[in-house]
Amino acid sequence: MMVHRRVDPTNQCFFLILSPRDGIPVCRYNSPMPFATLDSIARKSVRSVQDYAILSGRAIFNLFRQPRYVDDIFSQADIIGVGSIPIVILTGFFTGAVLAVQSASSLATFGATALTGTLVSLSMIKELGPVLTSLMISGRNASGMASELGSMMVTEQIDAMRALGTDPIKKLVVPRMVATVVMNFFLTIISDFVGILGGAWVAVFLLGQSGSQYFHTTYQSLVYADVVQGLVKPVFFGFIIASVGCYFGMSTRGGTQGVGRSTTQAVVFASVLIIVIDFIITRFMIGIFGR
Amino acid sequence: MPAAAPETAASRYPPKPGEPPVVFDDVSIRFDRNEVLRNVSFKVNAGETRLLLGPAGSGKSVLMKLANGLIRPDSGRIFIFGYEITAMSEDELFELRASVGMVFQEGALFDSMNIRDNVGYQLMERHISDDEVDRRVEESLKFVELDKTMEKFPSELSGGMRRRVAIARAIIAKPSLLLYDSPTGGLDPITSTNIIALVMKQRDVYHTSSILITHRLQDAFMLATHYFDRDKNMMVTLPSGEADRDTSFMLLHEGRLVFDGTTHELVHSDDPFLKEYLA
Repeated sequence: MMVHRRVDPTNQCFFLILSPRDGIPVCRYNSPMPFATLDSIARKSVRSVQDYAILSGRAIFNLFRQPRYVDDIFSQADIIGVGSIPIVILTGFFTGAVLAVQSASSLATFGATALTGTLVSLSMIKELGPVLTSLMISGRNASGMASELGSMMVTEQIDAMRALGTDPIKKLVVPRMVATVVMNFFLTIISDFVGILGGAWVAVFLLGQSGSQYFHTTYQSLVYADVVQGLVKPVFFGFIIASVGCYFGMSTRGGTQGVGRSTTQAVVFASVLIIVIDFIITRFMIGIFGR
Repeated sequence: MPAAAPETAASRYPPKPGEPPVVFDDVSIRFDRNEVLRNVSFKVNAGETRLLLGPAGSGKSVLMKLANGLIRPDSGRIFIFGYEITAMSEDELFELRASVGMVFQEGALFDSMNIRDNVGYQLMERHISDDEVDRRVEESLKFVELDKTMEKFPSELSGGMRRRVAIARAIIAKPSLLLYDSPTGGLDPITSTNIIALVMKQRDVYHTSSILITHRLQDAFMLATHYFDRDKNMMVTLPSGEADRDTSFMLLHEGRLVFDGTTHELVHSDDPFLKEYLA
């Protein structure tokens, strides 16, 4: 098939393709220039942000309205929370261990290896615990939500639910949102705890430091502001994971290929959003607490 | 299905007496730049079955979703049982839909639930007792002759069985209006005939108003030229030349309603498109 550029005399067609069968030119792109699609991309992006905001707003609004699907909240909490415990423990433990190894070698330069516990605990509680836990939960659950709701969308199960008189936001989105926010909060605490234990394991068994000194400096270095910062973040991140996962699931179009696309997009957007919002929350918290 | 009366007394939107179940008034809808339905107007009277025909992509499924308020038109008004659904909120529509049963193209059964929970979903949502749900589900599954499948999952059933379960789910709350979106699409002729027999049974035994989309002309004409004999529990052909008075046809073509009339008017039409379509 031959492709000719700008041979359309009316200049309305960017590419004319000559049909191999009869040689009749067929317009491939109805645009005088490829960048004319920029406006449609911008429109689509704005519409997506609007749809996401509407879905999130409706989910929050429906938190306070009947009917409440408490059983579904517990079922989702089991899938999202209990099901994620192994990966959160492994990630937290080895992150703490790596932090201890890295910080100990740097601190040794200044003869301050006694501060290993301080570094590990502050890094884990303020930053790595919430962010890494949320990224793991996002990889596991935002994708799960997007693919599950996406499959329901393309097989008309969501429409069937609406036709049967059930609001899919109340039945599907709200339970996932509540479960993710609550479980992400507790999973972050678990991650922080095992991260500090991972650091202790390295400090005591590999670096030969005193265990009591490690835990003492860990405890002494933490103040109220650090703990608040570490516990506020997973609440926001949990909301991002569930809302992004559900949004991409509920906006799935185009069969199984669309489900795959939604799943990938949900993980990518949720992960990027977590890191961006982390920066904003950190800046805000430092502004309030001064550290 | 012992009682024909719709179970909608508790609804805030019970069918208004004397109002036709469905009225489309100059309805148009477009997706992006593609006009899917253009100035469509028609009415479904109480107890009437409207057979909606048309080539693929003519807007039949969109019309069905509009009739249930699942999508909203760009212009025009739609009334269900006298309520203007185009002016109702989504929450109000959830209540109105208690009077409407819908069978989706591929069944749209919830694949994570067993057949009992699928069929009894609407009742469970209304917090009806488990015993009552079991009884009603069994009754509804008996109607579609699938009462042995309660504990199975949709993936364990054949395509035809899934459609029958979808019908059982749609009729369990005894709706006053049934919307069938291609219930026989993609099925073999024998299974299609069984499904049509169920639709006919619902029409002739319970006199439920309905709209049925089909690509298969033989299914449409079978509905128009047969009636369901309750005593024999089977379809019976009407005398030659006769057609069911409560069954009529609509034909969509490129988003426009090009025909709205009786079986007799359809087969005797001189319209070239209709002749070609029916040929």
